[in-house]
Amino acid sequence: MVSSAAPQVSTPAKVRADLKHTILSRMWKDKVARTALIGLFLLYFSALFADILTPYGMEFNDANVGNAPATLLHIHNDNGELCLPYVYQVKQENDLATYRQTFSEIHTTKYPVKLLVKGESYKLLGLIPMDIHLFGVDAPARIYLLGADMNGRDNYSRLYFGAQKSLTIGFLGLFIAFPIGIFYGAVAGYIGGWADNLMMRFAEAVMSIPSFYLLIGLAAILPLGMTSSQRFALITVILSFISWPGLARVIRGMVLSIREEEFVQAAKSVGMPEVTNIIKHVIPQTASYVVIAATLQVPNFILAESGLSLIGLGIQQPDASWGNMLKAAMDQPNELLSQPWLIAPGFLIFFTILCFNSIGDVLRDVLDPKLSGGR
Amino acid sequence: MSTPVYIFKRILQALPLLFLISLMAFTMLKLSPIDPLAAMRANPSVSQAAIQAEEERLGLNKPAPVQYAIWLTSTLQGNLGVSTTGGSVAVRLMQHAGNTLLLNVVTLFFTWLVALPAGVYAAVHRGKFLDKLFGLITAIGMSMPTFLLAFLFLMFALATHWLPIGGMTSSDFAERDTLSQILDIAYHLIIPVCVLTFVSLAGIQRQVRSNLLDVLRADYVRSARAKGLSEEVVIYKHALRNAINPLITLLGFEFAGLLSGAALTEMVLAYPGLGRLTLEGVLTKDMNLVMASIMLGAVMLITGNLVADLLLKFTDPRITVE
Repeated sequence: MVSSAAPQVSTPAKVRADLKHTILSRMWKDKVARTALIGLFLLYFSALFADILTPYGMEFNDANVGNAPATLLHIHNDNGELCLPYVYQVKQENDLATYRQTFSEIHTTKYPVKLLVKGESYKLLGLIPMDIHLFGVDAPARIYLLGADMNGRDNYSRLYFGAQKSLTIGFLGLFIAFPIGIFYGAVAGYIGGWADNLMMRFAEAVMSIPSFYLLIGLAAILPLGMTSSQRFALITVILSFISWPGLARVIRGMVLSIREEEFVQAAKSVGMPEVTNIIKHVIPQTASYVVIAATLQVPNFILAESGLSLIGLGIQQPDASWGNMLKAAMDQPNELLSQPWLIAPGFLIFFTILCFNSIGDVLRDVLDPKLSGGR
Repeated sequence: MSTPVYIFKRILQALPLLFLISLMAFTMLKLSPIDPLAAMRANPSVSQAAIQAEEERLGLNKPAPVQYAIWLTSTLQGNLGVSTTGGSVAVRLMQHAGNTLLLNVVTLFFTWLVALPAGVYAAVHRGKFLDKLFGLITAIGMSMPTFLLAFLFLMFALATHWLPIGGMTSSDFAERDTLSQILDIAYHLIIPVCVLTFVSLAGIQRQVRSNLLDVLRADYVRSARAKGLSEEVVIYKHALRNAINPLITLLGFEFAGLLSGAALTEMVLAYPGLGRLTLEGVLTKDMNLVMASIMLGAVMLITGNLVADLLLKFTDPRITVE
């Protein structure tokens, strides 16, 4: 038998593809990372297709059921036999003596829960006009799986629309903060001398203000009469502004050692311009640190946005974000027990951050075994 | 360099930093479309003359650099100005900063009290059940938003009536004697301290564990074992003392993180701290108050870092501060 003895030549491109493949497959093999990846996929999928998956739109409200509890799904018919789920219309009554609202079901008509119903029209992904919703019931009954807020809007639907804001802000923030941080740090470290000193003093000054105080100070600058997308964009900018200095400092430290490496010096000696040298040779060396830092930074953005919206300085009504939905819980702490779903957005924030952190941990083990800290 | 000289030098270094911060904060507030006298103008009982006098005093009719100079000189003279709700900014600030400091110091104490033994135990019994349990708890702690935990504790307090629902003192606080006042504050501190401790515990426990694991592999630990020292002496006398150094640097960062983390907790739990005061200032457009509290926050943060560096010097005689 003659075995094929052709020598295996691996081109740089192939090596890189292999490396990428091993990183992904090693992440996928890790049970925790796989669960977290699936979890994040589901979250982003729900945010992307929020319009289809929810029974009501973000601004849909029914003032008659403000603060109503979660709609009960009945699965037994009048004879006590199992049947397809249905709901009753809910009626609000005010007790004039105690000023308490009570809600009761009107047991005259049953409204079965239907799949793929026609409802409010919307534009899927902002492009395709549609009016199909995954599930729903006929008016005047409402299906509010997590109750209604004080304006009678569906908490369950708003969680999906809130996800659109809360989940994208993390990545948008990265796209602003990271290029600034990386380039700032790289330039400071590469040039050195008094410029480096000055640049780092400025970064330190930003870092020396407790971030949350800086955050609310900056948020207060925003004028009130802005459209929601303008406000969203500016909040992202603010979040980025407070988060770049930390990264810049680490990158600077790395660049200080990288610029002494022979290949950087060689490029310099043959006359490569400084900026090209930084971009082509210095910055790529920091890649694995940057990838890990980015994964671990997204949760901070999400937390900062929700914190800001929670105290009323972030995303404003009628837009939904997880943070401003939680504001209802903060404003009426005594209702927490009777309306536990008020803190549902908090659990989603927790779950999202847990996913990002788990992926970051595993990514660190895979990309940089030195950093894994003896585990 | 002797310690007092070092402290003096660090304070000198902090001054330009603080100047830069004040400049940034002032520019930031000047950019905002805020009329610091809006509250006064809206109040019909305040005369035009009084408003004009206040405008004159704050230098609002002068260009921004002059206003900054006025702010700087009066601050250096120890005059932080008047808050828009009346009353001296300095008095309100000190009161609230004291509360925040109390909360943070108690939290730091409990965090280390729990994190250190838990970290050591996890490192020594690596891979055992408790280590894995700690790993799970810290993973949850690292991802837990402080406000969510605060809400959960509030729900617990509402359900059981064992703990107070927010605030720092009971309504009859003023009528109590000193001992019962202290107990009342301690009683109200339970929830905020638990929230903040749980969240900051996670990072420290992991750091203790991984540092100790690194040190336990070192040659001198093997030597110590080889010469027949008991396991306790090896771990507590040789390994832990070497593993703890990087953690003390962490203490400074921890303090900084706590200041920010505590702000949200304070707001959710209606705890009268610096974070809540700043938010109030921002919402009522109180320039003097916001400026002062940002500066105070920065001073606290810089002091925290300095204290951490000094501690490092005391715990490790090999380190000479420069």
